[in-house]
Amino acid sequence: MDDFAIDESIDITDVVCPVTFVKAKVALEELEEGQVLSIRLNDGEPVQNVPRSIKEEGHRIIKLADNGDGTYNLIVKKVENQGET
Amino acid sequence: MAFSNEQLERYSRHIILQEVGAKGQKKLMDAKVLIIGAGGLGAPAALYLAAAGVGTIGIADADEVDLSNLQRQVIHSTPDVGKAKVLSAKESMNAINPEVTVNTYQEFVDASNITDLIADYDFIIDGTDNFPAKFLINDACVLSKKPFSHAGIIRFKGQLMTYVPGAGPCYRCVFREPPPPEAVPTCRQAGVIGAIGGIIGSLQAMETVKFIIGKGDLLTGSLLTYDALKMEFRKIKLPKAKNCAVCGESPSILKPFDYEQAVCKL
Repeated sequence: MDDFAIDESIDITDVVCPVTFVKAKVALEELEEGQVLSIRLNDGEPVQNVPRSIKEEGHRIIKLADNGDGTYNLIVKKVENQGET
Repeated sequence: MAFSNEQLERYSRHIILQEVGAKGQKKLMDAKVLIIGAGGLGAPAALYLAAAGVGTIGIADADEVDLSNLQRQVIHSTPDVGKAKVLSAKESMNAINPEVTVNTYQEFVDASNITDLIADYDFIIDGTDNFPAKFLINDACVLSKKPFSHAGIIRFKGQLMTYVPGAGPCYRCVFREPPPPEAVPTCRQAGVIGAIGGIIGSLQAMETVKFIIGKGDLLTGSLLTYDALKMEFRKIKLPKAKNCAVCGESPSILKPFDYEQAVCKL
């Protein structure tokens, strides 16, 4: 497992699809390349879809930790998108 | 600038797009677009740009809503008949998106006011219905170095092109000057199918959005024509004219001027 320091944290347990991903995406856009975002998200649809969507944007998933209370913490490292022109 | 939860939800389908994202949405929210003509073309363009969250939208039109407008000018409703078009348009735009600042100009756009009018805007949409206005908008935008979207619709046909300073031809490069008045069909003879305005005006909104977010290819150097009856789109490549009277090497048009307007009263 990578060593990482969390630069920013967000909580998306209060919103539903697609605002879950939108909030995560906006938070990532505001980070610098290589910075790390921690995202608290709900079990079920969010945990199934948000990590996948973030991966599709080219970012690196470092870790998904089960908080044991129906929520997870997703740790993501920002990767500047090469495909973006 | 941070987005509110409500903004994240309103613009979620934009922000999700890789080509837009939060950055693109912010560009839209900071953008200023002027729409000249609140008619068949201006109506869909204004509605889509307001919905998209373009921060400031100016709309210029001297007319009032007429019952015969409603067949195609979807921004106006039956209770708006008799109301200033710019006011009716503003109400519809703000009903869709109260965040958008709508500036209204209830005046004829001519050589005396167009330069001041376009000065505050990043992009201009030509939604007018006559040749003198189209040449006026072209000349003023070229001279003020403003990008704009030209479009025209008649019967079942429409066309559009995009001018960006320094990239490709202007409208006058392609069409030189207005046709003689007797060659232009009168309003009575012409007619226009309502949805053609929806198609071409929406394409103008699309060009505007792409220009603002800086993604994709614009219709610079190309005229897109659409024939609804044949269901055919054609994209015609067009060069810049070296001898163009306004954007050529030795231009003779140095300030906007008005052609005489053919009078049409039904």
